[in-house]
Amino acid sequence: MTKFGEMPDRTGRDLFAEAGETAIEDAGIDREEIDALYLGNFMGELSERQGHMGPLMAKMLGLDVPATRVESACASGGMAVRQGIHAIRAGSADVVLVGGVERMHNMGTTGATGGLSVAADDLWEIKQGITFPGAYALMAQRYFATHGGDREDLAHVAVKNHANAANNPLAQYQSEISVEKVLDAFPVADPLGLFDASPITDGAAAALLVSEEYAAEHDLDTPVSISGTGQGTDDLALQHRESLTWTPATADAAEEAYADAGIDAEDVDFLEVHDCFTIAEVLALEGLGLYDRGEAITAAREGETTVDGELPVNLSGGLKAKGHPVGATGLAQISEMTKLFRGDHVNSDAVENAEVGLTHNAGGTVASAVVHVLEVEQ
Amino acid sequence: MSDEEVRDDGYDDFMDALEEGEPYYVECANGHASLPPRRLCPECASDDLEEAPLPETGELLTYNVTHVPTPAFEDDVPFVLGIAEFGDVRLTGQVRADSEDVEVGDSVSFGTDISETNGERYIAFDLA
Repeated sequence: MTKFGEMPDRTGRDLFAEAGETAIEDAGIDREEIDALYLGNFMGELSERQGHMGPLMAKMLGLDVPATRVESACASGGMAVRQGIHAIRAGSADVVLVGGVERMHNMGTTGATGGLSVAADDLWEIKQGITFPGAYALMAQRYFATHGGDREDLAHVAVKNHANAANNPLAQYQSEISVEKVLDAFPVADPLGLFDASPITDGAAAALLVSEEYAAEHDLDTPVSISGTGQGTDDLALQHRESLTWTPATADAAEEAYADAGIDAEDVDFLEVHDCFTIAEVLALEGLGLYDRGEAITAAREGETTVDGELPVNLSGGLKAKGHPVGATGLAQISEMTKLFRGDHVNSDAVENAEVGLTHNAGGTVASAVVHVLEVEQ
Repeated sequence: MSDEEVRDDGYDDFMDALEEGEPYYVECANGHASLPPRRLCPECASDDLEEAPLPETGELLTYNVTHVPTPAFEDDVPFVLGIAEFGDVRLTGQVRADSEDVEVGDSVSFGTDISETNGERYIAFDLA
């Protein structure tokens, strides 16, 4: 992946070319071997008037292969990974480049807020004034009313994820923050403040997937495998959901991914979840079956999900501190988890003996969710 | 709205009815509620759909105070945005009240209001 951050002048195509080239070099595979490209991107039309990115991005890497853009809002990257896995499992490809890219800072704060809002329901949400911080604030307020918890509990999620990113050279924010700083921050959409929110980010990420057969035939060193994939869908508009504090798309995606990998939730040693807002990490941990409903709100505060906790969550810094270039996020999760497993991530020591990791990437208010199970050969 | 403005059929019909004080929702033969436009029930895919009257008061399920808006509401912030339940139907709308006076569980009625930014109408809730 590229460094994530504020790079308003860099084009999406250049960001992706850097990430793609980094992935190809890291894999040590000749680019001639690549059979297909799947690219996650959410709002290229809005940020740089660029649609039809598949062929554009293929040529940026000197590739002449079938190239397809995948869009599922903030889950676009994870969905691109899933398409790559499907292509390999279907036998139509042995080597697939999967990537994601988003350019956001050139839109400005209001522009990016408007762009992101397009992932909501135009008629029943956007026309009424919803924003994404606003939508997650609605979920947080309902969570507090239903299960208890408060802004301070959520602040600990932000503090944890900033601490995890403090030494991550690719993270947008490499600085620790305090609970007080989170609580005193500007209220973007009360009860959520600026430090409850992931930032606006420019960046790209990519990964090279190969079939087991290809890896064996070519004697490749592939310590990390994706053993399970799952996807879930829910009503697009938050108002249409049976519950405002439960995300069935995450639960469905997890159930499918666990079955696909042949594991249970208890087997997960650490995970990267979609913490676009602090409350989102709480909802993800419950939806994934790692906490009972109403119980994950105190996980960070109690130290259960910190770097030295029982179940480390978002060791990369998460979307919150690593940054959230929306279409690239699902790929960044795969890239960071691979490094965490391999031992070449700044936080690898925390998961030295880990065998099973999970990535969770969500779109909108979790109307889309995609989960991948990653396993390492110890 | 000018005569030449393009409408969103179903949605704008609903908003017209809301303005006229005769709001409705879509009910299928199995009693599932949804909002227009619908050709099939989102729950059971029944195509036997009818308009049914929406209850006049509802319960506020949640709300926020939005300070950073989309461009369409740049001159409207801050505003209170909520989701309220009217019978089996839930609507998202702006609560016309001081945020200090709003609580989850409040009774609300609904109507429409106009964005100060672009003159577009939206669903508005009043504390009942």
